[in-house]
Amino acid sequence: MTKLTGTAEKAKKVRGIVHINKNRCKGCGFCIEFCPPSVLEFSDEFNAQGYHPPRLADGDGCTGCDLCGMYCPDFAIYAVMIKNRQQGSAAHHDAV
Amino acid sequence: MSLTVEAPVQANPVEAFVRTERIPHVWCPGCGIGTTVNCFSRALQQSKLDLEKVVVVSGIGCTGRVAGYVKLDSFHTTHGRAIPFATGMKLVNPELTVIVYSGDGDLTAIGGNHFIHAARRNLDLKVICVNNFIYGMTGGQVAPTTPVGAICTTTPYGSFDEPFNLPFLAESAGATYVARWTAFHVRQVTHAMTEMMRKKGFCFLEILSPCPTLYQRRNRLGDGLEAMKYYKDQSVVRHGANTKEIAISFQGPIVVGKFIDIERPVFLERMNKQLTRTLDAEYAGCVGENVCG
Repeated sequence: MTKLTGTAEKAKKVRGIVHINKNRCKGCGFCIEFCPPSVLEFSDEFNAQGYHPPRLADGDGCTGCDLCGMYCPDFAIYAVMIKNRQQGSAAHHDAV
Repeated sequence: MSLTVEAPVQANPVEAFVRTERIPHVWCPGCGIGTTVNCFSRALQQSKLDLEKVVVVSGIGCTGRVAGYVKLDSFHTTHGRAIPFATGMKLVNPELTVIVYSGDGDLTAIGGNHFIHAARRNLDLKVICVNNFIYGMTGGQVAPTTPVGAICTTTPYGSFDEPFNLPFLAESAGATYVARWTAFHVRQVTHAMTEMMRKKGFCFLEILSPCPTLYQRRNRLGDGLEAMKYYKDQSVVRHGANTKEIAISFQGPIVVGKFIDIERPVFLERMNKQLTRTLDAEYAGCVGENVCG
């Protein structure tokens, strides 16, 4: 039997954590639009400024590339890569 | 607040370079200036410069606010005078890396004269120009970069003046590094900023950025995200393109890339050479002689 290679095994691992500071968000949607694996979406809740901050729709999909952090004009979101970590619970952290 | 992953909470990488007590900043939702600040912070990280010797100088305007938000020695100067201010600082203390971070109106309209002469003399300044095609902070007046046909508060029937082609202006005035990117090209902007910080001479980077409140809204072009999508769809990367041919038209294609990267003796080197030749032993040398050689 052939061994499972690359992508199938990798897909099971959580590769990145997204940190979202909800109250800084101004709802421009850059992070949601330009996220390469498209794991973010607008949440239904409002933040203190009256905008809908993003939330993680697909917990296992984040690769930790930090492109959201590069795009966010309000410094409200960023992602970090996790190295050598097996799948955990949803990789999502709300920064204060 | 719930922490669902046992990982050390790392701070946002930009926060090491930003005065967080001043956040939220004044920039509108969908404005690209904050994005360029992200790129700037990553470039500072990558260039490994001593942050004690990095100075940011801004003029007036939306982009001029950058000086107030970066956690560096930063100076918010009078309108259009960021380059003269930076020139003085660089000449008195040549070991500083002086970065001029300002908008298109401040740098090329009110400060246009300073801009071309700093380029002509090849002062060792890194000029980052965030171009949103309009005067944002003062209420959307026509700027020297407004494309023909665009509607502003002062051109309700459409602008009819030919706009500046900033990379062409910078090149013909004598800049040694000229590049243009948009707020969409975050990795490329970061790379260009890093290159500029390592290079000696007058460096110019134009970053096109959305202005959702004035430019986009008055021209019915949607919000900031629509502008970013336009940059994504219409940008053509052409490194080394002839700057004469890369003028921007209203919602037309945008040529981006690194156009000029040459070496030319900087102002202090030329001054030292000339004065040493004419005064010989009488010449005491400029301040920071070791640096300016």
